Amino acid sequence: MTQYLLSTYAVEGEVSGGPRPPEEMLDFMERVIALEAEMDASGSFVFGGALHGPDAATVLRAGEGDVVMTDGPFVESKEHIAGFYIINADDLDAALTWAGKVVAALRHPIEVRPFRATGRVKDSMPPGA
Amino acid sequence: MDQRAAANPEAADVERVFRIVYGQAVATLVRVFGDIALAEDAVQDAFVLALDRWRGAGIPPNPAGWIVTTARNRAIDSFRRSERGRELLEQFGGVAIPPRRPDDDWEAGGRVRDDQLRLIFTCCHPALRSEHQVALTLRLLGGLHADEVARSFLVSESTMAKRLVRAKYKIKAAKIPYRVPAKPDLPKRLRSVLSVVYLIYNTGADDPERASLRSDALRLARTLAELMPDEPEVAGLLALILLSESRMRARISEGNLVLLRDQDRTQWDRTLIDEGHTIVRACIRRNEPGPFQLQAAIQAVHCAAESFEATDWRRIVTLYNHLFAVTPTPVVALNRAIAFGETEGPGPALTAIDAIAPDLENYHLMHAARGTMLRRLGERDAARAAFERALHLAPTDAERRFLTKQVEELA
Repeated sequence: MTQYLLSTYAVEGEVSGGPRPPEEMLDFMERVIALEAEMDASGSFVFGGALHGPDAATVLRAGEGDVVMTDGPFVESKEHIAGFYIINADDLDAALTWAGKVVAALRHPIEVRPFRATGRVKDSMPPGA
Repeated sequence: MDQRAAANPEAADVERVFRIVYGQAVATLVRVFGDIALAEDAVQDAFVLALDRWRGAGIPPNPAGWIVTTARNRAIDSFRRSERGRELLEQFGGVAIPPRRPDDDWEAGGRVRDDQLRLIFTCCHPALRSEHQVALTLRLLGGLHADEVARSFLVSESTMAKRLVRAKYKIKAAKIPYRVPAKPDLPKRLRSVLSVVYLIYNTGADDPERASLRSDALRLARTLAELMPDEPEVAGLLALILLSESRMRARISEGNLVLLRDQDRTQWDRTLIDEGHTIVRACIRRNEPGPFQLQAAIQAVHCAAESFEATDWRRIVTLYNHLFAVTPTPVVALNRAIAFGETEGPGPALTAIDAIAPDLENYHLMHAARGTMLRRLGERDAARAAFERALHLAPTDAERRFLTKQVEELA
């Protein structure tokens, strides 16, 4: 079993977290709730969330002797991560099937990436190290 | 490699066997080890050993079996010897390590075919970019050396090595499965496999410098047809390549392209045509048409014609209509428009080409087709301009030479 990160991308100027007509919003919620119920039923759902926009982001960097802080996202671009799911899947084909369903429900592009390791680093250290 | 082979015929035999068994051996060892790089290293090790042993003792009756068993046992031995291997053995009690096998224990043919089939679908997985699919397919299934793959794609050996490493890394890290896709996904995934092989063929057909890719693609298509005898589109691809290949000798004369219209049809390879026609007839009886079968059927009509004028162009236009119904791409529309030129004349053909021209603005063959129709209509200046544009966009020397001639004749 591998864990995969499914990041949903939003494009600035296109529909994202902004206001939508109520019936459209209701449709959207129903699709997402049904999808997440399906993920739960198969034991695939690990975690998920929707993020505030890039304007709410802060970047920190190691400076000389101090940590430097800047307002805004790390990468200034028209596309940004709007939310994500972390799922369990047997292999990439299984993960891609879920990703396809996420795309159909959210109608945002999805990037699928496998986790190299998950959980606390100490838990993946070999015994005695 | 050919020079080496000529100097020492025995080494040539061994080299030929290596090329054939490489893919089979790697495919089987990928199943055993679950890792392409490990499987390839083990096969390379076994080849080094084979080169030494076979020269004295001769090539064994089942070279693939010898290579797989030797590679497998050596990999297991080296794993046991390595520090990391010992660590894993201590930690997990050796769960991941298959047992050593006696040297004569070779698996049944059916199993080997399944291994190869699985690896083909892995190499052509849609999550891999097209040039990586092609490189992996040529290396792992075609048995080409990494430097040969590099030369085929006009990139340096180190660029190709990086490309292969990256593709194998993604397969491993993202866990692209070694599996023949389930029924609902199979048609789409199969199309991706067939497209890779056809792309390899066309790369060789478009550029005389890379002609060897044509025989690589034909070999791959034959392998696919053996592995999937019940898939009509696989048969369609094999027939398409056979029929295209049958005309190759007549298509290039002294390094120059010869148009279908001007080809010496006595130079066409009848053996390949007969084989292709037999497959196309079987596909028609089966009546489950798909894009590759339709393209093969179009080639079959060309190959059956005694002359350009005697070609059944109406049949070709009908087949292009069917093809356009399943793959409505501008390139199919362009080829249909060219066939129109023979049934309806250059005027209607030009109208059809102009309708799709905006989609194919950067495709040299669109401009060349426009030039041809304009010339037939007597519009020499417009024809020359179209051929000049085609010349500017043409990707290979052979095409540039051909188009330069067209431009000069219209000056």
